[in-house]
Amino acid sequence: MISPSQLDVDRDKGDFHYDTDYTFDAGIGLSEDVVRYISEVKKEDPWMLDFRLKALSTFEKKPMPTHWATDDLKNINFDVIRYYLSKGQQPSRTWDEVPDDIKNTFERLGIPEQERKFLAGVEAQFDSEAAYSNMKEDLAKEGVIFVGSTEGLKEHPEIFRKWFGKVIPTSDNKFSALNSAVFSGGSFIYIPPGVKLAQPLQAYFRINAENFGQFERTLIIADEGSEVMYMEGCTAPKFETSTLHSAVVELVALKGAKIQYVTVQNWSNNVFNLVTKRAIAEEEAEVRWIDCNIGSRLTMKYPGVILKGRKARGEVVSIALANDGQHQDTGAKMVHAADETTSNVVSKSISIGDGRSSYRGLVQMPGHLKGCKNNTECDALLINNKSQTDTYPAITVQGDANSVQHEASVSKVSAEQIFYMKQRGLGEAEAMSLCVNGFVNDLIREFPMEYSVELKRLIDLEMEGSVG
Amino acid sequence: MNSLKIDNLQASIDDKSILRGLSLEIPKGEVHAIMGPNGSGKSTLAKVLSGHPDYEVTGGTATLDDDSLLGLEPDEISRLGLFLAFQYPMEVPGVSIANFIRAALNARLKEGEKIKAVEYYKDLYAHMDDLGMDRKFTSRSLNDGFSGGEKKRCEILQMSMLSPKYAILDETDSGLDIDALRVVSDGVNRMRNPERGILVITHYQRLLDYIVPDYVHVMSEGKIVRTGGKELALELEDRGYDWIKQEAVAS
Repeated sequence: MISPSQLDVDRDKGDFHYDTDYTFDAGIGLSEDVVRYISEVKKEDPWMLDFRLKALSTFEKKPMPTHWATDDLKNINFDVIRYYLSKGQQPSRTWDEVPDDIKNTFERLGIPEQERKFLAGVEAQFDSEAAYSNMKEDLAKEGVIFVGSTEGLKEHPEIFRKWFGKVIPTSDNKFSALNSAVFSGGSFIYIPPGVKLAQPLQAYFRINAENFGQFERTLIIADEGSEVMYMEGCTAPKFETSTLHSAVVELVALKGAKIQYVTVQNWSNNVFNLVTKRAIAEEEAEVRWIDCNIGSRLTMKYPGVILKGRKARGEVVSIALANDGQHQDTGAKMVHAADETTSNVVSKSISIGDGRSSYRGLVQMPGHLKGCKNNTECDALLINNKSQTDTYPAITVQGDANSVQHEASVSKVSAEQIFYMKQRGLGEAEAMSLCVNGFVNDLIREFPMEYSVELKRLIDLEMEGSVG
Repeated sequence: MNSLKIDNLQASIDDKSILRGLSLEIPKGEVHAIMGPNGSGKSTLAKVLSGHPDYEVTGGTATLDDDSLLGLEPDEISRLGLFLAFQYPMEVPGVSIANFIRAALNARLKEGEKIKAVEYYKDLYAHMDDLGMDRKFTSRSLNDGFSGGEKKRCEILQMSMLSPKYAILDETDSGLDIDALRVVSDGVNRMRNPERGILVITHYQRLLDYIVPDYVHVMSEGKIVRTGGKELALELEDRGYDWIKQEAVAS
């Protein structure tokens, strides 16, 4: 097991940045020139430039989704954001080759230690591009591919192009269109048929520059009967102005494959985190999204699974913690498109101070399907009376051969509970922290050991900050 | 002084006066009982001494071995050595008994120090055996879905693990059948020693057959109105509380 000090994604530890001279800088604001610049720097084929330009025009045409989402989205100023920053580095294969300033960043965040301890491979992204990418040799021999998206596109176009943009179309939403226009970085993973990875792959996303938008693009393809766990961690230092993180993540689980995608994000509280994540699960495949959202100013994220093949399974397990000034707008989408598909959603949110948590869930089961099941549980915990929680379930179930279950609960940490715990000698923050940890305890067990230890500590830190 | 000393204590909630000049001293090594009719302020006394935020202290003093308790946070009072066994222990879902007690013990150590797990569990299991508690209890959520008797046993378990200098037991007998009452009382009696003062608050004499007090105090209208030996409890059982109230009014 890794001790927490080696796996730090806590915000205070992440709150540093280095002045970096960028070789490639797309400048400030968004335009066709910026998109062309990015494509040119990356030496992309014409089809990709076309793809990007079409996406830009889709982005420009699409309205901000404020008719259903928060008005805070209007505060994103696309004209002041920097869309591409890179030192022009090729992802290094050995830690020694990583440029010193970037190495310092990741060393402070504990990446090399983690890699040595328990990872099958790691990729570290610094602003726009991967700075380091490494995988254990035996995996490469088995045909596993784990590289940055830029490299994936270049070296493995036959797999990349087949699936890229197929799970999440450009026009899915305004932010998936934005990502499609300016994306850089992210991971490209291919697991050959029958290969089961015993250790997780990990990517680390780091925003280092102010007013920077990070738009990574991740594509994971698990071929028939293969298994993979992928974990991502995210941090950014505290800047004065807002930062945008808008990723697109596409997963493809072919027949009988299993993908687990674990996210622990701990953004500083001025990051707009607007992410689109979706998976396709073929026959008897299984996709689990395990998601923990801490920090950010606004997070909008609804991981989904399209259950395309018979007996496919989809699951979303999520924890969201909204502290003062934060809005966690999270949920899940389960689209049943074959017989005997099952989906499970367990979501727990904690609202502290004037923090707000929203749950949005979508479940679709058309009438011609048989034997489909969905179970949704969403529980909210409120700490003090200014905090807010809302639930917006959208369940469309037709036919009578399917079953859906939806349970929701809201509970509060009461003053009497805190008094009781304090009477035993615990300080107020510690008492609250125990209550919160107790509330999410069953879900924290779903995270890999190394992350669950870290998560508990992150929650403790949040609670310390929330007690005056 | 080695005592829990309360002098002329006055306290109110929402501007309603509840404690009206209560004085009481519990030296280490003694067990005192407070009896009294409903609404006389018995539970309020327990909460005020523990620093419950809903009550305002309007006069008097309360000290634990010369440290003033008034104005301190409940956790500071706890760490000074005062334990309150609650009449209605709160349920805390998801927090196991073992983790909770361990956190409470760790809170008593210097920063950076932690109790050792192996010794802790050995100690915990020994105390649980004494209270006839199944070891499965350690992983159950604190009081969550417990029966009345289980909750009270759990209070006594916490008390014995935290080993306080003074303990207040608020209506510990309520909701207990006779077997549970015996187990809980045995637990309290094991903790009687020259280094510890115990205050038992109860409405009924029955508990005092099991936990035999050195002194019995009768509380009415927010004050102690009569003090006697253990036989006073029997007299109250016989005659009820009305005669004491009348005497108090007469004086």
